Formats: sequence, structure tokens, C-alpha cells
Amino acid sequence: MNATGVIAHSTAYDQALNLACGLLLLTAVGALWRRQVSALIPTLVVQGLALTVVAVLLAGEHENGREAMAVAIGLGILKAIVIPLLLLRVHRLVPDARETRPLANVASSMLAAAGLCLLAYAATRPLVEAAGTTTARATPVGLALVLIGFFLAATRRRSISQIVALLVIDNGIAATAFLATDGVPLIVELGVSADLVLAVLVLQVLSARLVETFGPTDLDDLRELHD
Amino acid sequence: MDITSVALYGPAAAPFAGAVLAALLPRRTAAFTSVLAAIGVLASGIALAGHARGGTAVTGSLVRADALTAWLVIAVGAVATVACWAGVHHLRDEARAGGLTAWSARRYLVLVQLFLTCMGAAVLAANVGVLWVAVEATTIVTAFLVGHRRTRASVEAAWKYVVLCSVGVGIAFLGTVCVSAAARATGAGGLRALDWVYLNEHAASLDPALMRLAAGLVLLGFGTKAGLAPMHAWLPDAHSQAPAPVSALMSGVLLSVAFYAILRYKAIFDACLGPGYARTLLLVAAMASLALAALLLIGQRDYKRLLAYSSIEHMGLIALGTAIGGRLALAAVLLHILGHGLAKSVAFCGAGQLLHRVGSPLISAVRGAITTAPATAGLFGLAVVALLGLPPFALFAAELGQARAGFAAGYGWAVTIGFLLVLVAFSAIARHGAGMLLGSPDPQTTVDTTAGHSSAAAAKPYRTGLSWVPLAVGLLAAATLGIWLGPLRPVLDSAALIAAGH
Repeated sequence: MNATGVIAHSTAYDQALNLACGLLLLTAVGALWRRQVSALIPTLVVQGLALTVVAVLLAGEHENGREAMAVAIGLGILKAIVIPLLLLRVHRLVPDARETRPLANVASSMLAAAGLCLLAYAATRPLVEAAGTTTARATPVGLALVLIGFFLAATRRRSISQIVALLVIDNGIAATAFLATDGVPLIVELGVSADLVLAVLVLQVLSARLVETFGPTDLDDLRELHD
Repeated sequence: MDITSVALYGPAAAPFAGAVLAALLPRRTAAFTSVLAAIGVLASGIALAGHARGGTAVTGSLVRADALTAWLVIAVGAVATVACWAGVHHLRDEARAGGLTAWSARRYLVLVQLFLTCMGAAVLAANVGVLWVAVEATTIVTAFLVGHRRTRASVEAAWKYVVLCSVGVGIAFLGTVCVSAAARATGAGGLRALDWVYLNEHAASLDPALMRLAAGLVLLGFGTKAGLAPMHAWLPDAHSQAPAPVSALMSGVLLSVAFYAILRYKAIFDACLGPGYARTLLLVAAMASLALAALLLIGQRDYKRLLAYSSIEHMGLIALGTAIGGRLALAAVLLHILGHGLAKSVAFCGAGQLLHRVGSPLISAVRGAITTAPATAGLFGLAVVALLGLPPFALFAAELGQARAGFAAGYGWAVTIGFLLVLVAFSAIARHGAGMLLGSPDPQTTVDTTAGHSSAAAAKPYRTGLSWVPLAVGLLAAATLGIWLGPLRPVLDSAALIAAGH
């Protein structure tokens, strides 16, 4: 490949990658911003699609392209179709749920998100330096997603919000895995995906049981067990 | 197919076959099949130990068994045998109390076997990625076992358990990704970048900054699953709400299987970063666990929660021994894992039988049990004595070994603080246990508690039958290991060498 080819290719590729990573971060902040629980599911679909774009772009570069592309397509089906459908079933349990009393208001949540992004950039410096490629330079986005997911899980009180937080964390970890190491091997990725689907299924059944035994309440009402 | 390869896949294949059979056979037969599957795991462990004691490893595709693996398989098999055997009686008691449908019994048996399959896969994994998948799968499989009773408390416990452990183990995956990135930088690709052997051989050339990040994430992540403070919040709830034999498995071996991941990783981190980094992190977690367990054991009102906090205490001690490091301390840690597994599974199964008899989980509701239920209460009492670290049980030898190794390695201060906290826990457990077994009944609380709980259990008189046999077998094994290791000695030595990173 000649020099201009590399440059032309790499700018289009970099732009697409940066766009997808930006979308990942934007959707994570969006999940933090919206209080209407029903808005979380489309946000998560967009995030899943952005993650798929990252995976597809990297699969094009991968030495074992066909396997990586299969992983990317499987990931897309999982994150943009299967898991949102499972979430819709959780949502139907309490259709008009709103985060009425989140532990942090919108303004402070946004400030926290900005702080967490800075922290992610600081923490991933060794990872970026070790790899030194364009893709590795986007790794902080993955860690930022994980940290925002933690914040979401800690400050929200609806069961569906906690599941969404868990999924944001998982998307962040998947993004980190892709950006830092071109993704994990197929067999591991299959296991990780199966675990994720089963975990969401388990949480869906448990949400139904929560509604059955506690009524449509906040997770704050889980006070049976304490010391 | 020779005997070694059967033994290599046995720890995961035997319980998986047990799960399939449990789904097909009638309940009583299925319950006995589950005991056979557990014995199959134990037998595979012993066979693997026979092959691996000289320091060699048996390898297959994605699986690998050295002495450390064999030791953990023996622990899983031994505890599973006690728990599944006691599970036969547990299901009978549940059926008698009227709280068991055919569907829930079948689901219980299938999930317990799948749980054993996941633990077998975790210790056999030759690959950090597969290990992670198996550990995360244990959370998923046990979620419905924790929420088995469908009461408010058990649904709440199951929710907390799945959310906190998934997040925790997710952090461990981030650590795995960092390790994989570091291995790729040394030129490994695909599955090799996640291979235990490759990582051990190339530990010194891995990027130290990246490995430091990975060490924190891995210890935090698998530490959550191993019940180390301050990430322990799910443990007392889940372990007290699960059915007794499942609590026995979760406290007895699941915590140790999660800790096994830390043991393996620590050898790599030590070779890359020097022993100081992981040691400091583990010492903090150990001290926090011991202090928290000691404090919360004092005012405990629920006897299954008492046992759950005792597990946090023992994981703290195991972390302390691992932090000290070296061959002697790690041999003590591994003996501790097996001794604690046996004693804790007997204690939980005994507690479950007391719960069936009394109908209340409160310590104050069980008074003078030694006169009303001598067999069950006596064995429960002996198991508590074993957990307190008194001779002749294995935990006595293990704790003594850890203390000696700690002083020899110059960590006398840590051992002193740790064992002072253990002394607080000791007196708390001894006081509660003595009250349960020997105390005179307090009429007020007994009336209070039996009213609300299970009237069905109170209506029909409880029959002990042969339910004490598995408990006696477990205690006998724990006592034997405390006095005489016999043929297990060379396996323990090889396993300790591997864990110490030699």
C-alpha cells in the first residue's frame, strides 16, 4: 500500500472510530441525564450500535478478519436487539416508572460524569502507552463508560435503572477490550456474551419477583436484610 | 480415553451429567445421583492429584490441571459430597414441611449440579478468559438458588447478590483485558495472551504499569466474589437466604474458587511487580475483613448470618496468609481452604436442620438444642468448634502454620493484629454457639418467633433419621486432615510451590 493510501485510509478510519467512540460516551451521559425510565432503552440501543461499529471497524483491520467480523455481528445482534427486548419486558412490569428521587440531581450528575471522564483518561495512561496505536488512544472512552455506569448504579433507585447501569458497565468493558486488545478470542467472547444474556434474564425474572413481593417500589425499600 | 483424561474433564463433566440426569430422573433418584456426581468430582480430584504431585501438569484443550488445580478440585468434591448428601435430607425436610413442589425440587437439583459444573470449569481453566466466564456463570446459576424460597428477604438477597457480584466480576474482566493487553505487547496473540502458562513464563517481561492497573482491578473484582471486605455487602444476605446445602457450597468452596483466581494471578503479579504490591492490597483487604467480621459477629442475631460472617473472617485469614506469601504460608492457606470448606459445610447443613426443627433463624430461638436434638446439635457444635480453630481439626493446623510463617517472614505485626481480631470473633461465636446448644430456653422469644415463620414445620414433629451421617463424615474428614495428611502431603507441597510462584 502506498503512503497516500495509508493516510487517506487512516483518516476515514480514525474519523469513523472517533465518531463511534464519541457516540458511546454521549449515550452514557444521556442515560445519566434522562429521568424517564422508558428513554433508557433507546439510548442503550444506540450505544449497542456504536459498540458494534467499533467492533466492525476493528474487524476490518484484524489479522483474523472473518472470526472478528462474526464476533462483531453477534455483538450487534446481542446489544442492539436481544438485550433491549429483554429490557422491554422488565419495563412492562412498571410501565410509567420515573426516577423521581435519584440520589444526585441532573446538574451534579453531569459534573460527576465530566470528573469521571478525566479520571478515566488519567487511569488508562499505561494502557495507551503500552499499545501506542490510534485505537488504543480511544481506550479511555471504555473506562469512562464503566465509571459512569458505576455512578448510575449507585445513584438510581429503580430496578430497571440498575440493570441499565450494569449494561453500560458491560458496554464499557467490551469497548475497552476491543480498543486495547482488538477484542478477546472468539471462545471467550462467546462465553462472556452468554453470561451477559443469562445475567440480564436472571435480573428480569428477579425484577418480576421484586414487583410481585414488594410492589412497584424503589430499591430503597429493600430493607429486609441488614445488621 | 485413559484414566487421566477422564479425570481431567471429570470435575466439570460429572456434575454436568448429574444436571442432565436430575432433569430426567424422578426426584428421589435424582437426589442420590447428585451425591454420586459430587463423589465423581472428588474422585477426579484424587486421580489428578496422583498425576500432578510431582509438579507435572495434565493438559487438554482449554483445560489444565496441576497440583494446585487438583487440590481445589478435591476441596470442591469433598464439600460437594457433604452438601449434596445433606441436600437429600434437606429436600425430604422441605417436602415434609410442604414448601416443595416437584418443579422447585427439580430446579434445585439441576441448578446445584450446574453450580458444581461451573466451579469445576473455573479451577480447570487453562485460560484466564475461561476462568472469568466460569466464575461469572456461578453467580448466574446460584441466583435462583439464593432466591429459592421467594420470600421478600430471599428475593432481596438474590437481587443484591446478582447486581453486586456481576459488577465486581465485571471489574475483574477489565483486569483480564489489561493482562491480555500486556501479554499482546510481548507478542502473544489470540488465546495464548490469556494462557496461565504463557503469562507465568513471560511475567517478567510484561509492562509493569499495565500490570499494576491489572493487579488492582483483578484483586478488587475477584475479591468481591471471594467476600473480602469492603466488597462483602452481598455475602451475609445471600449466604443466609440460600437453602442450607447451597449456603454450604457457597461459603465452603465458591469463595475459595474465587480466591483461587487471586492465588494464580498473584504469582504472575509478584513475578512482574515484585511481591510488595499485591501483598499491600491483600493485607488491607485481610485486615478490613477480619475487623468487620469480628465487629459484626458480636451482635449477631441470626445463626446463618453468624456463619456467613465467620466465612468473611476465614477469607480474611486466607488473604492474610496469601499476603505473607512463601511456601509455608501458602501450604497453610491451602489447608485452610479445605479445612474451612469441610467445617463450614457441616456447620451450614447442621444449621439448616436446626432451622427445619425450630422454624426460626434467630439465635435466641434455639436454646438448649443439645437436649432436644442431640445428634444434629452436637455435630453443629463440633463444626463450630472446628471453625473456631481448635484442635484436632484442620483449621487449627492451618492457622498455626500461617502464624508461624508470618512471624518467620517478618510480618509478626500483621499476624498479631489479625489473630487479636480472630480472638474477638472467637469469643463472639463461642458465646452465641454455647447459648444455642446449652442455654436455657427464653420463653418470650420462642413464642415470638415460631408464630410467624413456618407453621407447617411446627405442626409436624421433626424426624432426624439419618440426616446426621453426612455431617459426621464431613467432620471426620476435617479432623483427620488436622492430624494426618497422609497421601495428600506431596500434593499440598507441590500446590503450595505453584501458588508461591516457584
